[in-house]
Amino acid sequence: MIEELGTNDQGDMIINVGPQHPSTHGVLHLVITLHGETVKKVEPHLGYIHRSIEKMSESLSYRQFSYVTSRMDYLSSHINNHACALTVEKGLQIEIPGRAQYIRVILDELTRIASHQLWWGALAMDLGAFTPFFYSFREREMINEIMEETCGARLTMNYIVPGGVMFDIHPDFQKKVKHFLKEFKSKIHEYNELVTGNVIFQNRTKGVGYISKENAISYGMTGPSGRGSGFICDVRKLHPYEMYNQLQFDEITEEGGDAFARYMVRIREMEQSMNIIEQLIDNIPEGDFLAKTKAVLKLPKGDYYTRVETARGEFGVYIISEGGTTPYRIKYRSPGFSNLSALNDMSVGGKLGDLMATMGTLDLVIPDIDR
Amino acid sequence: MTNEELKMKLEELFPGSTFEEETQWLTLNMEAEGFKPVAQQLRNNESFNFDFLFCLTAVDWKTHFSAVYHLTSTALRHTIVIKVKIDKNDPAVDTVSDIWRTAEFHEREAYDLMGISFTGHPDLRRLFLEDDHVGFPLRKDYEDPINMIKL
Repeated sequence: MIEELGTNDQGDMIINVGPQHPSTHGVLHLVITLHGETVKKVEPHLGYIHRSIEKMSESLSYRQFSYVTSRMDYLSSHINNHACALTVEKGLQIEIPGRAQYIRVILDELTRIASHQLWWGALAMDLGAFTPFFYSFREREMINEIMEETCGARLTMNYIVPGGVMFDIHPDFQKKVKHFLKEFKSKIHEYNELVTGNVIFQNRTKGVGYISKENAISYGMTGPSGRGSGFICDVRKLHPYEMYNQLQFDEITEEGGDAFARYMVRIREMEQSMNIIEQLIDNIPEGDFLAKTKAVLKLPKGDYYTRVETARGEFGVYIISEGGTTPYRIKYRSPGFSNLSALNDMSVGGKLGDLMATMGTLDLVIPDIDR
Repeated sequence: MTNEELKMKLEELFPGSTFEEETQWLTLNMEAEGFKPVAQQLRNNESFNFDFLFCLTAVDWKTHFSAVYHLTSTALRHTIVIKVKIDKNDPAVDTVSDIWRTAEFHEREAYDLMGISFTGHPDLRRLFLEDDHVGFPLRKDYEDPINMIKL
C-alpha cells in the first residue's frame, strides 16, 4: 500500500519522488518520509517496468532467451548477452574460437566505458551541471558508431550468441577503436577538470551517502558501488571468464564509502577498460568467429550459474535445466536490485538534496531492477 | 576451505546433511525445518564466515518448492549453495533478512512471484506486482489469459 500523502502523526512529511522524475532515470518510485529536510525513511516502489522476463524465458529456447536480457540493463546489453552465452556454452561444453573471445572482451569493455560515460554526464546533471552531459555524449557517440557498424544496433546489441559472435567485425573496427582510445585519452582530463576537481561537486558528494564495507557486503552491493566501500568484488579478477586472467589490469577500490569514492571508482575504471582494450585490439587472432553448434540446443539436466561483471556490478544467470529445449527456471541476479536495497540505509539521516547524489552514484538502471 | 573440508565440517556440525553430486559448487539439501540455525552458523561460525548472499531465488518443482541460497565468503573465498525444500500446501520458511540484509528485497521478490512466505520478515509485501494481484506468476500452474506472458 502506498502511504497516504501529506503528514503522518509525528508531523513528518511524506513525499513522492518519481515514477516520473528526472533524477530517477526511469520509472523508479520512492516514497520518502521527511522530518524537515532530513530523510527518515526511503521506500522504493518497484514494478513500473516489470515485464516478467524470467517467466517469459521459460518458453524461449536457448538461442532466444538472451535477446530479452538486452532489455534489462540496456547500458550493459553486451555483457548481459555474454553471460547468457557463457551459461549455455558451459552446459554444452562448447569451445569458442579465440577470435570470438577477443571480440567479446573488447566489446564488453567498450560497453563499460560507454555506460560510465553516460552515468558521468547524468550524475552531473542530477547535481545541477548541464554541460558535462554534452561532453560525455560527444565521446559516447564514437562508441555507439563502432557498435552500430559491427553489431547493427546502438543499444540492444544481441551480437554475442552461444558459440561466439553473430558475424565478423566491420573492416574498420580496429581503426575506429584505436581512434576512439586516442581521442578519449586526451579528453578524460576534461572530465576531471570539469567535474572531479570542482569544489561545488566535491562538497555535494564527499561524506554523502556513506555505507561501510560490512553493510555493503551484507546488502550485496557489487560493482563500482561496492568497491567504493572497499569491497573487493570484481568478478573479472575473482572468477575470470574468457581471457581476463591473462590481462593486465587493476581492480579499482576506494576506501571512502561515500558518493565521491564511488564516483572516483568509475572514473578510474574507464582508464582500466581502455588499458584492457589496448592490450587486445592489435592482437585479434584470425580464424572463425563462431563455433559450430547444433541447430537445436539442449542443456543437460542440472544447474548452471554464471557470474560476470557488468558496468553496474555482478550479474548472475542461474539456469535450471530439465534436459529440454527451454530452461525449466531462469533467475537473473541483477546488480541494480541489490544495490538499490541499500539506498534506505545510505540516505537516512541525510538531506533530501543529498539523496540525488546518493542515487546518482549507485548508477541505477530501472529495467535491470524490475526485470 | 576446499569443498571436501567444507563437507566434512558441515557433516560434523549437522549430522545427516545430504549433498548433491557433480555440481559447480558444494550443494547442501535440507528441509525448511531447522534451516535457520544452519544459516546462522554459516554466517557466524569463524571457519565458514559466509557473509555475502549473492543470489536468493525460489523454484517450483510441482510437488514442492525449493528456495535456493548462493553464499560466498569474501574473506575465505569459498562458495556454497543451499537448497531448502518447502511444502507445497503451506509454503513457508524462516527469513534470513536479519542475517543478510540483501535478503529483505530478494525474499519480497520470491514472495511476490512464487508465493513463498518468509516467517519473521519485517515487511513481507508484493514488490513488483500490484497489491491486489491474484496468483503467483512464476508458479508452473499459473495461467493469466489477460496479461499473457507465455509466447
